[in-house]
Amino acid sequence: MTKKIGIVIVSHVPEVAMGIPKLLEQVAADVSITFAGGTDDNEIGTSAGKIMDAFEHNEAQELLAFYDLGSSKMNLELAVEMSDKKVNIYDVALIEGAYTAATLLEADVTLADIEQQLAPLKIK
Amino acid sequence: MITVEIVDKWMELFYQKISEQKAYLSELDTPIGDGDHGNNMMRGMQGVKDGLAKLSEPDLKLTFKTIAMSLISKVGGAAGPLYGTAFLEMAKNCEETQEPAELFKLALEGIKKRGGATTGDKTMIDVWAPVVDALAAASLSVEKVKEAAEGTRDLVAKKGRASYLGERSVGHLDPGAVSSQYLFESFIAAGGIK
Repeated sequence: MTKKIGIVIVSHVPEVAMGIPKLLEQVAADVSITFAGGTDDNEIGTSAGKIMDAFEHNEAQELLAFYDLGSSKMNLELAVEMSDKKVNIYDVALIEGAYTAATLLEADVTLADIEQQLAPLKIK
Repeated sequence: MITVEIVDKWMELFYQKISEQKAYLSELDTPIGDGDHGNNMMRGMQGVKDGLAKLSEPDLKLTFKTIAMSLISKVGGAAGPLYGTAFLEMAKNCEETQEPAELFKLALEGIKKRGGATTGDKTMIDVWAPVVDALAAASLSVEKVKEAAEGTRDLVAKKGRASYLGERSVGHLDPGAVSSQYLFESFIAAGGIK
């Protein structure tokens, strides 16, 4: 059964955004994971529109979002303001943070405990 | 007072300025950024031009909103959400006031909130903040705008990719400050503060 909380990955590079879910799916088969990478033209950058789509396509109503660099956070925040879903953004190391969250979500660990384990991974 | 006619003229002039200066903007972005500010802004302004051309008899709110959404979806770099937020704030508030001093002040607050930067961080805010102050004192001029952008040369970058360079960013103009300079020069030329 799909978990109630999903994961969204945002990167400046389409291939990076596309690649991380492959790693996470190994430990979190039941967590809905969507991603947004690059600009609308698939160039280096981020797109609030693509991020909105990633929110929309995720099967969960509450989402944990992980991103790479500063400007992706700005587009993430814009997308959150325009979305109906509850989205939590984490300023943690992208791969390690998302991997930690995926593992714990799959094991039905509470969000409060997940956030506690994410705290030391905060790097930005 | 800002009107739809002034905004149309303003965007037309800003589009021209970005077309002329896009190579220079990207060049400024090369030593301290990722070298794409000119192309990003050009893509954004092409989007603005196309977006505005599709509207028929828009009011000020829709005009600002169209500019914001075009910049947000087309620019790609950090400038997209920052300039986009500025115009979204103006769209949100332009029914209450059409005074440039008040609208730009609200836009500046939006930029600060979105990017988490403040005055002196070597960003576009170092142009926006003095422009807002000058507007409040009814003393905005092209010279003041230019001087503000030029002032970013001696600052140490605290935000964005340039901040990774720290002290090494001194001696370079901030590309976002220079594109903001063009934005306000275009605003003045469009008759925005008459």
